[in-house]
Amino acid sequence: MTNPKQTISVLVNNQPGVLQRVAGLFGRRGYNIESITVGESEEHGLSRMVIETTGDHNTLEQIQKQLYKLIDVIKVIDLGSQAMVGRELALIKVNAEPTTRPEIIGIVETFRAAIVDISPTTLIVQVVGDSDKIDAMVELFRPYGIRELTRTGVTAMVRGMSVGK
Amino acid sequence: MSIQERAVMSKEEIRSKLLQPDVISGSEILLRSLLLEGTECIFGYPGGAVLNIYDAMYSFANIRHILTRHEQGAIHAADGYARSTGKVGVCLATSGPGATNVVTGIATAYMDSVPLVVITGNVATSFIGTDAFQEADITGITMPITKHNYLVRNVEDLPRVIKEAFMIASTGRKGPVLIDIPKDVSAHKIAFHYPDSVHVRGYQPTVKPNNLQVQKMIQAIKEAERPVILSGGGVVYADAQNELMEFVEKTQIPITTTLLGLSGFPSSHPLWMGMPGMHGTYSANMALQNCDLLIGIGARFDDRVTMKLSGFAPKAKIVHIDVDPAEIGKNVKTAIPCVGDVKMVLKQANETAQPAKSKAWIEEIARNKQEFPLRFKDSDDELKPQYVIDMISETTKGDAIVTTDVGQHQMWVAQFYKFTKPRSMITSGGLGTMGFGFPSAIGVQVAHPDRLVISVNGDGGMQMCSQELAICAIHNIPVKIVVINNQVLGMVRQWQEIIYDNRYSFIDLAGSPDFVKLAEAYGVKGLRATNKEEAQKVWKEALEFNGPVLIDFQVRKDENVFPMVTAGSAIHEMILGDDE
Repeated sequence: MTNPKQTISVLVNNQPGVLQRVAGLFGRRGYNIESITVGESEEHGLSRMVIETTGDHNTLEQIQKQLYKLIDVIKVIDLGSQAMVGRELALIKVNAEPTTRPEIIGIVETFRAAIVDISPTTLIVQVVGDSDKIDAMVELFRPYGIRELTRTGVTAMVRGMSVGK
Repeated sequence: MSIQERAVMSKEEIRSKLLQPDVISGSEILLRSLLLEGTECIFGYPGGAVLNIYDAMYSFANIRHILTRHEQGAIHAADGYARSTGKVGVCLATSGPGATNVVTGIATAYMDSVPLVVITGNVATSFIGTDAFQEADITGITMPITKHNYLVRNVEDLPRVIKEAFMIASTGRKGPVLIDIPKDVSAHKIAFHYPDSVHVRGYQPTVKPNNLQVQKMIQAIKEAERPVILSGGGVVYADAQNELMEFVEKTQIPITTTLLGLSGFPSSHPLWMGMPGMHGTYSANMALQNCDLLIGIGARFDDRVTMKLSGFAPKAKIVHIDVDPAEIGKNVKTAIPCVGDVKMVLKQANETAQPAKSKAWIEEIARNKQEFPLRFKDSDDELKPQYVIDMISETTKGDAIVTTDVGQHQMWVAQFYKFTKPRSMITSGGLGTMGFGFPSAIGVQVAHPDRLVISVNGDGGMQMCSQELAICAIHNIPVKIVVINNQVLGMVRQWQEIIYDNRYSFIDLAGSPDFVKLAEAYGVKGLRATNKEEAQKVWKEALEFNGPVLIDFQVRKDENVFPMVTAGSAIHEMILGDDE
């Protein structure tokens, strides 16, 4: 049985080395990081990390407790246990010869993605959505030849009025 | 302020003088802040990046500094100081190699939750990241082995950082905190202001227990027929020995103390079963195996205690009292978690605690204790290591503070020294650091000039920090340095004999220095014993000698520590070993 995917949101002091502290904790305790996104939060001096990891309930509980032991960690939220919005952005540089270009544009429109750069033989497609949607789109582009792919990892928050603090 | 001036000043006067908002350097800020935090002694070693700090110390008469012969000696000494007092130990080292030399000591303190503040110098901020001379990223290196660490880039932050470091090191689950100070920061001058208190938003240890969980525990005790207490270092660190005694008496629960928990409960008590685990007593291990209720108090269910986890305490409902929530459920499944300061939890529990239905169980344990006591095959021809520890225990009535190194002698101290007072067993349990035993005793003796301090070492570990003999001689630090000398790495030998089929690989320490001559070379008295009669005689002489003394006890090489549970076995599957 594979371990389920978990998404946690970690509010941290925006201090030098804080990413190293969090990532190092995952590494040395054998927790997996599927993706990690970091950026400023609504409060000055604090950053929010959204980390996708895998593990059973006990592992998730240990991860949360171990994170709280870091002095620079203010708050940890298990997003997966609540209704959440999770989004990822991908840029896909796909081969687009004049003959295939209309088909590709058709896929882009269906997925409500956007073409953000055009060259004689390629397009850069920007897509935003949950990870499954991006996976699907990548698969559709594969036959045309993906020249380059970059994904941001998931950023997420809880739906409704509650806030991750 | 000169020494003479200070001698006539009261504590308050000194304090207000230290707090004056003078324009001073980062170095002087550091020294004043350390004094304001109650630091009595810095164990340290100078070097380029801390020259400013040492220069400030030159004209700063209030700080006691002990110059060790290696940074590792300094940090272990600070560790011994901290473990034996409960106060924060302070260590100072230079950048680069100075800083990396304290890494083992920091990891040692981290694994055993010892409060330390470790100060390192670093190259000037403008040089950081350029691979400058003696530059090392010590905050990066020590992230996994400190409770927290700081690289101070602005002198304005220094007073707050020091205040925070002491607060973090000494509260909640204690631990080492490192402060890295670049050379320009220790030189830069500002007006001194020391904060009264600090608030760290991401740090709020739970100390007050949840009463509901405490009451669940009380109820579980009332129903239990075969309860056991597993008491660890957390009890010692929380100074909860009186509360623990009251709890044991009120609930009538037999108790076993882990290696770090030793001395947290008097070994003369009829309900005490000794140490559990790999080299634990028969009665303690069988009690853990057969109990229906197991109350872990300030103990973290280390693998040397539980042995094979899947076979550990299979019939027990587990209660876990600990100040660190991350310890709950980490290794064993816990039915009743009690997060909080051990002392507060026990105090609260003692208000309503009632006895368990443990009468028959206590009798069963008493029979086990009688039938399977710790024992060794004594000899009139050879000096046995267990005999030496037994003798030390008897002659000191369990009253000394004993530091140990790591290995067989450590286990024999744990088994045969009958501790009577808390904080009197000083040993590296978690990391198992060879070279810890002797320098830690220096820190203990500095903190307790009037107590008998005995450092028990093997001939292997003694050679890992023997350079600190100089410190004992120079400062007349009267540690009784015991070397249990079997000319071999005994614990490795034992494993190679039992588990690796007598394939002895690189364990022979023959050709080590003559320890008596080594001691004498440093100006420390040296004594030797090769049989029981000599052992009695030289030990008496050592105890009566007013000053540091090293006693080389030349013991039998092939002695093993029993009982023994080999890795992969459950805790009740003990090799009992030699009979009388």
